[in-house]
Amino acid sequence: MQILTDTHIKFMAQRKIAMFVSISLIILSLASLAIRGLQFGLDFTGGTLLELAYPKAVDLGPIRDELHKNDFPDAVVQHFGSASEVLVRVAPKEGVSNAQISTQLFELARKLDPAVENRRVEFVGPQVGEELTETGGIAMLAALVCILIYVALRFEYRFALGSVAALAHDVIIVLGLFSLFGIEFDLTVLAAILAVIGYSLNDTIVVFDRIRENFRKIRKSGAVEVIDASLNQTLSRTIITSLTTLLVLIALFIFGGELIHGFATALLAGVIVGTYSSIYVASSVLVAMGISKEDLAPVKREGGEQEEVYEEV
Amino acid sequence: MLNHYPLWKYILIIMIIVVSAFYALPNIYGEDPALQVAASSRNAKITDQTLAQLAQQFEKEGIHYRTAKMSETGLLFRFKNEEEQLKAKKIAESTLGDNYAVALNLAPATPQWLLDMNAQPMYLGLDLRGGVYFLMQVDMEAAIIKSVNTYVSDSRSILRKAKVRYLGSKRVGNDVVIRFKTAELRDKGYDVLRREMRELSFTEKDDGKSFILRGRLSEAKLKELKMFALKQNITTLRKRIDEKFHGLVEPIIQQQGDDRIVIQLPGIQDTAGAKDILGATATLEYRAVDEEHTVEEALSGRVPPGSKIYYTRERKEGSRVIPAVPVLLKKRVIVTGEHVTNAQAGIDPDTGGAKVNVSLDGYGGKRMGAFTKDNIGKRMAVVYLETKQETVRDKDGNIVRDENGKPVVKRHTSEEVISNAVIRGHFSNRFETTGLDSVQEANDLSLLLRAGALAAPVYIIEERTIGPSLGQDNIDKGFESVIIGFIAVLIFMAVWYRKFGMIANVALALNLVIIVAILSMLQATLTLPGIAGIVLTVGMAVDANVLIFERIREELRNGNSPQNSINAGYEKALMTIADANITTLIAAFVLFVVGTGPIKGFAVTLSIGIVTSMFTAIMVTRAIVNYLYGGKRIKELSI
Repeated sequence: MQILTDTHIKFMAQRKIAMFVSISLIILSLASLAIRGLQFGLDFTGGTLLELAYPKAVDLGPIRDELHKNDFPDAVVQHFGSASEVLVRVAPKEGVSNAQISTQLFELARKLDPAVENRRVEFVGPQVGEELTETGGIAMLAALVCILIYVALRFEYRFALGSVAALAHDVIIVLGLFSLFGIEFDLTVLAAILAVIGYSLNDTIVVFDRIRENFRKIRKSGAVEVIDASLNQTLSRTIITSLTTLLVLIALFIFGGELIHGFATALLAGVIVGTYSSIYVASSVLVAMGISKEDLAPVKREGGEQEEVYEEV
Repeated sequence: MLNHYPLWKYILIIMIIVVSAFYALPNIYGEDPALQVAASSRNAKITDQTLAQLAQQFEKEGIHYRTAKMSETGLLFRFKNEEEQLKAKKIAESTLGDNYAVALNLAPATPQWLLDMNAQPMYLGLDLRGGVYFLMQVDMEAAIIKSVNTYVSDSRSILRKAKVRYLGSKRVGNDVVIRFKTAELRDKGYDVLRREMRELSFTEKDDGKSFILRGRLSEAKLKELKMFALKQNITTLRKRIDEKFHGLVEPIIQQQGDDRIVIQLPGIQDTAGAKDILGATATLEYRAVDEEHTVEEALSGRVPPGSKIYYTRERKEGSRVIPAVPVLLKKRVIVTGEHVTNAQAGIDPDTGGAKVNVSLDGYGGKRMGAFTKDNIGKRMAVVYLETKQETVRDKDGNIVRDENGKPVVKRHTSEEVISNAVIRGHFSNRFETTGLDSVQEANDLSLLLRAGALAAPVYIIEERTIGPSLGQDNIDKGFESVIIGFIAVLIFMAVWYRKFGMIANVALALNLVIIVAILSMLQATLTLPGIAGIVLTVGMAVDANVLIFERIREELRNGNSPQNSINAGYEKALMTIADANITTLIAAFVLFVVGTGPIKGFAVTLSIGIVTSMFTAIMVTRAIVNYLYGGKRIKELSI
């Protein structure tokens, strides 16, 4: 089957519109992040979580009352996945042995209904949560910096900036989505966002590779034409790879269960935004920074790279 | 010739496929619901008779087990389903009574011939098999304060012994601060202390009223101190877990960072019980052996006042079990374990036998010195005491509560003699215990001496418990999504790229097999995010083939011959694939370094998937394409 081949779409002519869309989305995301923030999960905030399974559907009221009158006035009780499964959350307490809270919670639930089953307990001390928030941020920055360096070495600094701009764009929008819809942000979502960085970059690099190749091959055209040609040549691949990845992610989203939902959501959003950004954002940055074929003269590249390495030594 | 692979490449590929298939094989056998039985008290033994007894009982109740096996850890019965397993547990418990521990387990059903070849199924993480995860914080502050306090009391006895008068010695922060009346006394004191306490660096200061000597622990010593506290705690915790669960769980106990310990107990649901033992404290007592009376006399009921019967610890040396024997000890304690600062196993250069070097702090040394002076030639024993907390439960497993609603906690202390030796001379704070049977005994003893020495306090800062049903759910859902995603991609590729798509599908399937094989070989922990990583890899693995195939199509459109197009397609796509994959690897690597637990699992499967997909998508597909098309005249490609 062949569609999307031999296309001649003038992507760069649409870059103003794309830029408008991107900037609007980024502003919206940043605003939401600033105002609403992220709904951090237990991994980051600390606290205790208990997942209970009942043989049949249960009412939350009695459970809530029981917990509220027994030392846990702030306990949050909600259904999880189905009406027979219940999630109980308690914020970390000062001065109380937090490790015992989960035991107490389960005992209370058991008093109410002996048939209840303890599916999952998570207790995260406040210090662990704080550290995680810190290392999570560091991880993302570290990944971006490492990638920036790699792309700058393999291509040219403008390409590096272009790819990192696209990555930052993707990460901010995915974070914005989580903030806007109040989806819980836990450790698996963080992992997903780092995977989005990897994926989106993958896409961008493929496009950049073709741009570099075409700059050396197509002598007569200007930068915009070369970039457009490159985007069209890789369009089919970009779309197909996104499609296959989306296929498995949809499978994960539907069949992977509650625990993996956030992860699948982040990746689904990330792959869609990442596909868009590798076409519009990364390339637009190249054009905006005035890339031209002189910058990619094929002669000096290999030697130049080597020299740099030796200078560092 | 174009599109031709040399024979060795085919052989290499086939070898990799065969090896991968072999190591992936153990995973298709699944797990049997099983029952483990172990002896939980000293009086109980697992014998052929225990096995026969249970087998008979199961038969009587109409329960069929698949196999029964006796091993070092106890008995293992395998069952067809969980229902039988649960019934069997009840029967086993009532048949055997309190002296035995019975635990549910999932035993891999891997055939023995595979295990013999070291082929094992993937190691499932706690989120997939159920169990408890604890992250424990070691209170280093307390460990350091305790150590500095020891230096304070040591400094006093050193100065007194050297007859240097001082005004006072105390701990200020992490420093030892000693005050003298005059500068001369301080100089003298400095001379003595410098020689005796090499780990401290001293500074001088005056505050008008007195002359101060301030001793500070070196960075190296502080580090050593922390390492020591951490290792000691790990040792103690491991020992307690083994005792609590009678070797029925395979705990993973690891150091994390400078001051944390990770404990994973697969399959354990009794978190309250686990928390009890992790919080227990242990100590040691040095006591004189009562040699005026005999043990036999005491055992027959005439225990002399001032003495008490103790038992030695039962030890295992290889397959040999050294049984517990009674010993009569004086009640008066010479030195307790908190004064033991270190214990190291070594070899006695004179006899070549094993020995343990023990160091006591100043106070302990003084007491030991006073005792050994008058008791040369007599015997002295070390008693290991462990206080355990246990939450009391009724028959149905409910926690018993007092009138205030607090769970009732029972404490009991176990006392065991771990060493019984003749005092050969007058010694104080440094001595050695020689004449031990083996290096292993020396190692065990030194470990217990250290474990008994008061460990720095630990507390739980993270707990994750996954129930067994949730674990099974996670496995089912995880594999379901892998399979469905996989099939969706297979169909898509076959429709889109026809024959070439089928070739890519073969590579994709092979990729899955290789990932599973590598995970099994490494025995890396497979977690739910790890499965997500595999799913993601399936989606992304075809990317390399998409790149190649799109290139080939492009070449064909440009009017090149099929053979040339295939060749150019692979050549030109190679660099792009490498670049794209390396960047993803960078992201996965960062994730691995920074992430913990399940996240690491995701990073591992993602990285493995990227590397294996390069092999399958480039080398394997090329091999097939070359085999099918290489050197032939073809007019059209099915792409």
